[in-house]
Amino acid sequence: MTRFTRLRGFPLSTWLPLGVLVVITLAVAVGPAFLPYRAEEIVGDLWEPMSWAHPLGTDQLGRDMLARVLEGGRTSLSLAAVIAGLAFLFGSGAGLTAAFLGGWVDTALSRAVDLLMAFPPLIFALLTIAVLGNSIPVLVTVLTLFEALRIFRLTRSLAMEIAVQEFVAVARLRGEGIGWILFREILPNGMVPLMAELAIRFVFGLLFLSSLSFLGLGVPPPAPDWGGMVRDNAPAVSFGLSAPLVPAAMIAIVAVCVNLVADSLLHTRGRSRSAEG
Amino acid sequence: METINAAQPILQVRDLRVQAGSQPILKGVSFDLYPGEVLGLIGESGAGKSTLGLAALGHMRGGCACVGGEVLFRGQDVFSLPPRQAGMLRGRRITYVAQSAAASFNPAYTLESQIAEPLRRGGGSSGPIARTIRNLFRRLGLPQPDIFGARYPHQVSGGQLQRAMTAMALAPEPDIVVFDEPTTALDVTTQLEVLAAIKQAIREEGSAALYISHDLAVVSQISDRIMVLRHGQMVEEGTTRELIDTPKQDYTRRLLNVSHAVVPAEVREDARDEVLSIRGLSARYGSVPVLDDVTLGVRRGTTLAVVGESGSGKSTLAKVVTGLVPAAGGTLTFAGKALRPTLKARDKDTLRRMQMIFQIPDTALNPRQTVGEIIGRPLSFYFGLPRAEVERRVADLLRDIELGPEFARRYPSELSGGQKQRVCIARALAADPDLIICDEVTSALDPLVAEGIIKLLRRLQEEKGVSYIFITHDLGTVKAIAHDIAVMRRGRVVDCGARDAVLSPPFHPYTELLFTSLPTTREGWLEEALAKRPDPDALDGTAPGASQEAGQANARTGHRRGADRPVASGMGG
Amino acid sequence: MVLTRLIAKRLFGALVTLWFVTVLIFLAVECLPGDAAEALLGKDATPVAVENLRAELHLNDPPVERYVGWLGRVAVGDLGKSLTTNRPIAPMLATRLSNTLFLAATAAAIAVPLAIILGLVSALYRGTRLDRVISVLSLASISFPEFFVGYILLVVFALNLGWFPVLSGINPDMGLGEQLHRIVLPALTLVCLVLAYMMRMTRAAVINVLSNPYIEMAELKGCSRREIIVRHAFVNAVGPVANVVALSLAYLVVGVVVVEVVFTYPGLGQWMVDSVSKQDILVVQICGLIFGATYIGLNLTADIVAVLFNPKLRHPR
Repeated sequence: MTRFTRLRGFPLSTWLPLGVLVVITLAVAVGPAFLPYRAEEIVGDLWEPMSWAHPLGTDQLGRDMLARVLEGGRTSLSLAAVIAGLAFLFGSGAGLTAAFLGGWVDTALSRAVDLLMAFPPLIFALLTIAVLGNSIPVLVTVLTLFEALRIFRLTRSLAMEIAVQEFVAVARLRGEGIGWILFREILPNGMVPLMAELAIRFVFGLLFLSSLSFLGLGVPPPAPDWGGMVRDNAPAVSFGLSAPLVPAAMIAIVAVCVNLVADSLLHTRGRSRSAEG
Repeated sequence: METINAAQPILQVRDLRVQAGSQPILKGVSFDLYPGEVLGLIGESGAGKSTLGLAALGHMRGGCACVGGEVLFRGQDVFSLPPRQAGMLRGRRITYVAQSAAASFNPAYTLESQIAEPLRRGGGSSGPIARTIRNLFRRLGLPQPDIFGARYPHQVSGGQLQRAMTAMALAPEPDIVVFDEPTTALDVTTQLEVLAAIKQAIREEGSAALYISHDLAVVSQISDRIMVLRHGQMVEEGTTRELIDTPKQDYTRRLLNVSHAVVPAEVREDARDEVLSIRGLSARYGSVPVLDDVTLGVRRGTTLAVVGESGSGKSTLAKVVTGLVPAAGGTLTFAGKALRPTLKARDKDTLRRMQMIFQIPDTALNPRQTVGEIIGRPLSFYFGLPRAEVERRVADLLRDIELGPEFARRYPSELSGGQKQRVCIARALAADPDLIICDEVTSALDPLVAEGIIKLLRRLQEEKGVSYIFITHDLGTVKAIAHDIAVMRRGRVVDCGARDAVLSPPFHPYTELLFTSLPTTREGWLEEALAKRPDPDALDGTAPGASQEAGQANARTGHRRGADRPVASGMGG
Repeated sequence: MVLTRLIAKRLFGALVTLWFVTVLIFLAVECLPGDAAEALLGKDATPVAVENLRAELHLNDPPVERYVGWLGRVAVGDLGKSLTTNRPIAPMLATRLSNTLFLAATAAAIAVPLAIILGLVSALYRGTRLDRVISVLSLASISFPEFFVGYILLVVFALNLGWFPVLSGINPDMGLGEQLHRIVLPALTLVCLVLAYMMRMTRAAVINVLSNPYIEMAELKGCSRREIIVRHAFVNAVGPVANVVALSLAYLVVGVVVVEVVFTYPGLGQWMVDSVSKQDILVVQICGLIFGATYIGLNLTADIVAVLFNPKLRHPR
């Protein structure tokens, strides 16, 4: 009941992007089944303009752009989601461990994270791909690693911040076990910023992955993905055609919407806090 | 040259109305301030006194708007002055002393350059300005007045910074100085010195002043007239003596009663057996010793008050007794058994028998749990009570703390400060403890609310026979609740014993210093206290730097009535 | 005293990080599956070619010796030959690096002052419509992938309006004016990318300073708005803002990689991407080292600036 009323309290600037995201997710998930063309089917000339038959035109080989975009969305969005999810799991797990155990475990983990974060992720990814090639497992591992670093830092600092609150001291004095303190006292108070961070990590993963694909070093063919589609259709730009802008715009729309939702999550939290004070 | 007519008010506030959004802060307040007069503004938090003080300078904080009435300085509306003239008014004719001097000085500049700023704007040359400032430093009793101004704000102590800010306010020889709780963040002994310095300086300058405080005793020592504010409205106004001796309004009488006529707790000669014995206890943070050879006992069913200024180690004492901080040496005996040093080593029943209540109820209650969950947890945790039984007991406990059963469903954010602290008390009681450690439980609360909490704690003690360790820097509450008193200073117990023994002659010099520094509403108290109190520096052989350190740490917290906030306990500890 | 110790600590930290980066980059070759030389040349390479490459890469030496040797050669600029073109790397690197620096510097020269001004404006006028417009735009530009911005600019300004060339290739024979004209679009793309980030952080830093009680005190002392901003806010905001600038430049240096590919600009980033797909590991290594070192250097600058401008550290008790 509280959850529902809380959701209803969100303004239009939250509902709108949320709605767009739901529509895109649904379209990507079930849309291809309703389309007359398959993604890999050549249905016309290359770079045909938008028409009733091909609402988004065709691509560099004459395939239906809409079918490609939906198919590509499956790859891009699901990979970004997997990366964000894994990173959240490892990052927050390690962050909580560091905050809770303290001592040398914390020092070691934090130092390692600092060291890795001093290295630009894209350069690290390029280096790894140069050596190991651009397979999906390599991409997921590298991206998860860098996403997890950020989540580690946030979780650790949140946990430390909440753990020094006196209600946690009260629970410790009562003799509560670590499970109660973690899941009943600390986590409920850190959920909102963590969820917002998860959303931001998803965006970052999507952008990063798309950039790599755009550079020809991301998701390997034949599976289409948005970044790779931009690359494949890039020559169209020289003819004044906007084909590569279609998948690029999809990335941008998803990223903007998720960022807006994350923003309002944090914003609402700030408001309720100030009301409490 | 304009002549000042003594009969004409220098500042007139007429039916001033201020709102923050749609919420009224001031609901039509009027007063006059005459040249050379000191008007005290007193009220609890939310009374609108700071808003009123800032309005005298024509300033509104962000989000606040003046929706009616006017503020006239020498007949001119301060809100409608053109920027240039407003600049000449503020900082020169009307000046301001903030509560937190540490945050109100710009860290990038020396004190003297900041104090000189309004003077230079008036076109003064640097030689005379420097002389004026040095003279003020000297008069305010600042050390090395000739070079003091060359320091940066973070290089001096809290008490000194507050005096430097007073110097800044007095330097332009203003017509009016607005003091906004200038001594609230200071320790009681420092407060006395700063208060005396302020009083003397404004008398000598002949400036008028608005003195804002929540502490009626402080205000009564410095003001000619007092105005009591509540919820944005004036309750009562009168000359200081009138208001103190013959208050007309019930609210004023209640405020006065808090400050002095406390009924002391009954002496308990019968209680002999000690529920907690502390022998030779010591503790350290890293290599810094914070407790040194502390020996104390808490008699069953009584209250031991532990008193001290910031940095005295009294909060650490609580942490060591509860096991949050391990002791470095000494023994603890609780309910006849030796107490293990760490939390983990103590069994559940021992933990249950000793409960703790913290200073700031906001952070002591998990914002994501309802009051029912908060109070119910000890019941299910310690006694394994079934759900229905827990709910019934929660309702009983809520009645004990004078709250209705409907509170069980509320979240802490829906409660007032006093209600939150009551919930904390109920949570401690739910464990059916032998001993409750109360760490500054009233210092974050308004005086009347604090008084209610004290009464509640006393009633519960009489009903349930529970013992308290009552840790406080607020000496006023000590008389009301303590059976025994221990006075701490720099990690040591310097004086302890039964309340009446400690509070009657012959005094221990530090105890005397503390209690004579506690402001009262008696006329002439300030001068007497200053004259007869022992020299604080003579009390110890240590360098003066140490006390300076403590004063600074205190002022840095900058919160209302914020004595030492408890040191945050790490997760690993 | 405190100051020098803190700076020395930061310097040491950066050196450790740099060392770690060199080890990581060096290990890249070690991680090649199987025999590095064979992996690089492919299965049908002649044994002689493999043996030559082994010598070239010093694969016959023990690892530690190889690492020290590699580091030493890099330090004196002996970078060997490209595995794919067989041409010496060093001269190529010099051209590519100077092209990238030219692009990045141009972008920074536009972005830094613009971001600081916009950040200041939106902080001073926070809550107004202007502030909201700026914040929406910055959110959008944070969410847009580099190539999206790049292609939009390309379609609009190069193809439809024809103001700027589609290809941004520059060479030393061109005059400065011609070169600048050619890099306008990639530079603008970079500006768009880094501007929002820098502006948001500048805004936050300035708001943080303005929310201090000493700013209200200055107002109550009768300081004019100008005095408050120049004398009281600026001195305390310089540190945080300079810190923001250095961090943003680090971000820009990495962002340059994708932008160069979009505009086929002959810079370090494009070269690195090219070499990654060709597995030209020596080039990848040196490019990675340069990017990494620059990134670390800029982060270090940000740290040191923050320390230097902190009055509490400059005037210890």
